[in-house]
Amino acid sequence: MNIFDRMMSLDRRWVFLFLALVCVVTHVVPFSIPINTTEEVEAVFNFIDTLKEDDIIFVAIDYDPNSLAELHPMTYAIVEHAFRKKMKVIFTSLSQNGPGMADRTIRDITDSMMIERTYNGVTYPPREVKNGIDYVFLGYKPYPALVVVGMGQNFRIPFPSDYYGTPLDDHPIMKGVQNFDQVKCVVDISGTSGVDMWIAYGQGRYNFPLALGLTGVMAADYYPYLNSGQVFGILGGLLGAAQYEKLADNPGPAVDGMRVQLYAHIVIILFIVLGNVGFLMSRKRKG
Amino acid sequence: MKRQVPLALVFIFGIFMIIQYFVPHESSEWVFEFLLDWIYIIGIFALALGIWSLIRVSWEKIRYRKENWQYAAVTLLGLFFMIFFGFDYFRNFFNATGLQNFMFRHFFDYIMIPIQATMFSLLAFFIASAAYRAFRARSLLATLLLIAALIVMLRFNPYLGPLGDYMEKTASWLLNVPNLAAKRAIIVGIGLGIVATALKVILGIERAYLGKD
Amino acid sequence: MKHKLLIGCCLLLLPLLAPAWAQEAPVADTTTDSTAAMQAPAPVTDLTARDKENDHGHGIVLEWTPSVDDDGGLNNVFGYVIQRAESPDGPFEERGRVPIGAGGYDDIGSKERESDGFMPDYVDYYYLVRTLTVDEAVYTDSDIIGPVQSYGQWFNTGRIPVLFFVIGFMILTMYFITKARGGAKLFVRRLAGIEAVDEAIGRATEMGKPILYVLGLGTASDIATIASFTILGRVAKKVAEYQTGLIVPCYDPIVMTVAQETVRTSYMDAGRPDSYSDDMVYFVTQSQFAYVAAVNGTMLRELPATNIYMGKFFAESLILAETGALAGSIQISGTDEIAQIPFFVVACDYTLIGEELYAASAYLGREPVLLGSLKAQDYAKAAVIILAVIGFITINFDWGGFKQLFQVLD
Repeated sequence: MNIFDRMMSLDRRWVFLFLALVCVVTHVVPFSIPINTTEEVEAVFNFIDTLKEDDIIFVAIDYDPNSLAELHPMTYAIVEHAFRKKMKVIFTSLSQNGPGMADRTIRDITDSMMIERTYNGVTYPPREVKNGIDYVFLGYKPYPALVVVGMGQNFRIPFPSDYYGTPLDDHPIMKGVQNFDQVKCVVDISGTSGVDMWIAYGQGRYNFPLALGLTGVMAADYYPYLNSGQVFGILGGLLGAAQYEKLADNPGPAVDGMRVQLYAHIVIILFIVLGNVGFLMSRKRKG
Repeated sequence: MKRQVPLALVFIFGIFMIIQYFVPHESSEWVFEFLLDWIYIIGIFALALGIWSLIRVSWEKIRYRKENWQYAAVTLLGLFFMIFFGFDYFRNFFNATGLQNFMFRHFFDYIMIPIQATMFSLLAFFIASAAYRAFRARSLLATLLLIAALIVMLRFNPYLGPLGDYMEKTASWLLNVPNLAAKRAIIVGIGLGIVATALKVILGIERAYLGKD
Repeated sequence: MKHKLLIGCCLLLLPLLAPAWAQEAPVADTTTDSTAAMQAPAPVTDLTARDKENDHGHGIVLEWTPSVDDDGGLNNVFGYVIQRAESPDGPFEERGRVPIGAGGYDDIGSKERESDGFMPDYVDYYYLVRTLTVDEAVYTDSDIIGPVQSYGQWFNTGRIPVLFFVIGFMILTMYFITKARGGAKLFVRRLAGIEAVDEAIGRATEMGKPILYVLGLGTASDIATIASFTILGRVAKKVAEYQTGLIVPCYDPIVMTVAQETVRTSYMDAGRPDSYSDDMVYFVTQSQFAYVAAVNGTMLRELPATNIYMGKFFAESLILAETGALAGSIQISGTDEIAQIPFFVVACDYTLIGEELYAASAYLGREPVLLGSLKAQDYAKAAVIILAVIGFITINFDWGGFKQLFQVLD
């Protein structure tokens, strides 16, 4: 077997090993990379940035721990942005293994509000974000299509009480809030096709502004909805989260993760080129 | 009767849901919401059925010491641990405080989440090996696929300098024009297929879900 | 002395001149503004109220012509307040506010009797629109209009295009099914993935290895899963005839139940009911990656000769397909999840894309009824293409009426 045949038929374990090494090194060694923002992410940021104090947004944390690495950073970035601007947030988690993780995420974000921070030149003093007053977490119910349709009628239909068992009407935040009509926008952060339920049964029926936070693989599929206006913005994968963090002046795990992703892409491209060089040279030798 | 009753139920409820879409009146909405509640109830029973199936299959493996029966034992142990701690030692059986139980949360946070994240992370390595195997310039179409893949992968690369802008514009064009056109075509086809299959199920033409004739 | 007297007189006169200078300053604008704020603006005109169409009731639509002093005339309008009462004599309560320039308002109430915002149907309502200025004490009310009642409609006229499509499609389907039942030969092009199933089952039989059939992560109500049941039935019948092993791990309990019934019936049809065991079709877990881990483990232990993936798949598709490739299996896949199709194309030997999965049931059985509906689907697709082309032409020539025909209003 000559070198070109070897290049063409490299054992996949070498690919795994080299990729793992690159990922570890770029994660451990800190350095920054430039991040350029795109229109679809700017649309989401600008929409939320122009909302006022006490406006209500709806954030659906519709992913499992599987997609945590890609979607957690955008959840943190968006929710922290909303809380800093003193907006109120209604959360739900329509993914089976998601509620526990979503509960922990919300607690982490509310804890981070107790620290004074400065973003884009504005200093935000520490504040206590309270359950029932500043946010409510509805929890999980199966069959997302039915839950979305039910919430469009009244949040209390699928969720008579919140995740912790408290009746929704006992929460001050839910006073006068019936359904999506009282909500300024819905942000669905999802790693599954539950997104389709929000578009078809949610936005299609009840016509609320909808933004999506998706894994990188899924994001490309939802550009048709962006072009048709059914969705006003998309955050795609870790890159989308990094762009949002940059716009919010809140660099975090997404910006750090982009180092690893960038160099992993470069490694994959190198292997593709290697394989093709081996293939073409092998074919040439065989005549 | 075993087949007629389900077919009749599917027909009645299918036609009702079609009609309900066109009837906005409150009474139609009331029936719709009532049916939504029933679907949740059926879902819970289905879950019980699935758990029973899992326990039965795993127990059979352990009982007859079939190959790899130890994995079945781990499965059952994990299942019963989570149920036990989730119901919070059976003290808080009727409310959700079991979900805040210390052991339950720790099993979830420190075992389940890392395991699921690990499985998902396998994708990174499999994508690399699949890309290495599949993206070969074997033919004209394969070469076009290879070039398009390289452009899209490189579009957000900040090290390309001025070339990066062209990459980004070309990648945006690829995603928003040919990619979008192809996806819309597939979506239209899938949409029509869904409508056709749904109609076949409602009208009793498609009966695969009942078992074969 | 004279000069000093003159200067002194001028200085004395200066205060008298000050008001004149003061009057020349822009304070004149304030005077104008304060004069306008004290004047009440003109009221809105042509106020109409009607029941909101195509809803479940509890909603009234108001429309009016904005005040002439809104962006014109006195230019002192700040906004409008909509007020409602159940009698023309009041008391009127505020229902909402709209900014300047607005010419309408939807008064939507809740249908829940217990809620604060409950707005009963078939009750007489009277409305007026109050034109506000910056000074809330200065306003003008329009004439009171009413009575108007809200009520639910029995037919949503905004969805007529959908109704026409559904009826048209049903007629087309019935026509082709009747034609197929009448003995007409309906052509369906070759689907390489489905034709490979027989070959793959034969390979498994020769190697003495089982076949792994994965129904995907959908529920029993997903169309892709329903299509997959049909293919499973055909595969199970062949497997029963050849006495090959079959492994069907399931993600959803209801899918498991249906799959068990399907496989059992196929074994009975093949004349081998005793070869069927419920352990062939089993529930694994409803956790996506736990399911994948279990299936991967099965693949690497059992080393099936053939893996068939038909149904709804998500991020786990590549993990399944790559592990199957590692195990050396022939792989046939089919899904309607567009994002996963590229992964299956790359890692599997044959892939059914999108609606080819739905067509597979008709292709395999060649039953007239199924072929007829497949043909109807194809003709409907052709109609969509023709309408899209016509739409493209009419939009470019600014003939908006054609697009309006297909608009669905909610």
